[in-house]
Amino acid sequence: MIRVVLPAHLRTLARVDGEVKVAVEGPVTLRAVLDALEAGYPMLRGTIRDHVTLQRRPFLRFFACERDLSLEPPDTPLPDAVVAGAEPFLVVGAMAGG
Amino acid sequence: MSRVRVLVGTRKGAFVLTSDGKRDRWDVSGPHFGGWEIYHLKGSPADPNRLYASQSSGWFGQVIQRSNDGGKTWESAGNKFVYDGPTGTHLWYDGTPHPWGFARVWHLEPSLSDPDTVYAGVEDAALFRTTDGGQSWHELPGLRNHASASSWQPGAGGMCLHTILLDPSQPGRMFIAISAAGAFRSDDAGKTWRPVNRGLKSEGIPDPTAEVGHCVHRIAMHRSRPGVLFMQKHWDVMRSDDAGESWREVSGNLPTDFGFPIDVHAHEPETIYVVPIKSDSEHYPPEGKLRVYRSRTGGNEWEALTKGLPQSHCYVNVLRDAMSVDTLDPCGVYFGTTGGQVYASADAGDTWAPIVRDLPAVVSVEVQTLP
Repeated sequence: MIRVVLPAHLRTLARVDGEVKVAVEGPVTLRAVLDALEAGYPMLRGTIRDHVTLQRRPFLRFFACERDLSLEPPDTPLPDAVVAGAEPFLVVGAMAGG
Repeated sequence: MSRVRVLVGTRKGAFVLTSDGKRDRWDVSGPHFGGWEIYHLKGSPADPNRLYASQSSGWFGQVIQRSNDGGKTWESAGNKFVYDGPTGTHLWYDGTPHPWGFARVWHLEPSLSDPDTVYAGVEDAALFRTTDGGQSWHELPGLRNHASASSWQPGAGGMCLHTILLDPSQPGRMFIAISAAGAFRSDDAGKTWRPVNRGLKSEGIPDPTAEVGHCVHRIAMHRSRPGVLFMQKHWDVMRSDDAGESWREVSGNLPTDFGFPIDVHAHEPETIYVVPIKSDSEHYPPEGKLRVYRSRTGGNEWEALTKGLPQSHCYVNVLRDAMSVDTLDPCGVYFGTTGGQVYASADAGDTWAPIVRDLPAVVSVEVQTLP
């Protein structure tokens, strides 16, 4: 299971507390994790990436293992520690605006 | 005894204010969706416990919320707003072509007869509709495909479709308004549209009497006389007696004819309300006095309503969707300010009192009169 940490407002929207765990079949990529997340929590569709283009929303970032993966191609494999469940995949709201 | 439910959208959440018909003691619930911008909430006339809310955020985009119990509980609905077909361009602030792009839902207008049908006015300007209670949204592309659309230009708040009026006497007729394109009318349920701006005069555009390009801030109608429309434009308060075919100015003795909201008394179709604002760059009441102006003659002759409203050092704004009326007798009038106050009058505007004083900036106010 892949551990996903969502920003507080998306946890509220998805009605979850703490981390979310999603199952990914096949290679654990950025795209695969987000697909699994949206399949499990359909209310998150459109809030992390665009419905049609699947582009990351500009004020969100993707972090894992102290790396910024936001600009990586969607088929980039996530770090082994994320695949093993030792580290979470983080969706982070930019420190801007409000 | 009848009850009143006031739906308040703010920059940081939604609030639901309820009272009995006396309208002097209020229960306040909220914030709902705390931290999110709530541009608008509105209840279905066909099922008053069915509410819809537009929830948005710079981080997370658009969410639509739906309640089936009058705002006690909510569930997220569909949020996929995709323009139908090629989007083309409109004009940007600097006059250059700019690709059409969805930003947010400004206004939700439930059908008069079906709780599952709702119209959504969005930025960049377009009209969407759901017929399944908000699960899916489809554009009515005839408006955005109007021949003039490539010349539309945003107002300061964005190129928003902010007003949707449904004609209760002719089911296919509806009016919308866009800042800063103007007013449009459809007589075939939104399939085709034409501008209805004759008589408007706007000095800020190259041709002051152009067919489109006017910054219409708000339109209001009384449901008993849907052919009579009242408009608060960027500057000028206007009136049409022929369903928008022609407009004439009725600013009369207002201290300034700039403003955002306009509304009509529930039982007196010639009694209308505006909140004059000093100017386009000074978005606060003239002289620091918050005054609602009422005309009992359908315009031109206006009286200041001040009792209970701050008459010194008041520099708030009242946004275009932030005024509403109930249908009790006497008619209640409500408005919210960017300073976070929601004021109510239970006597058609003669006296006012705040329901709440310290909310986040108020974006929208809608009122439901409940049995």
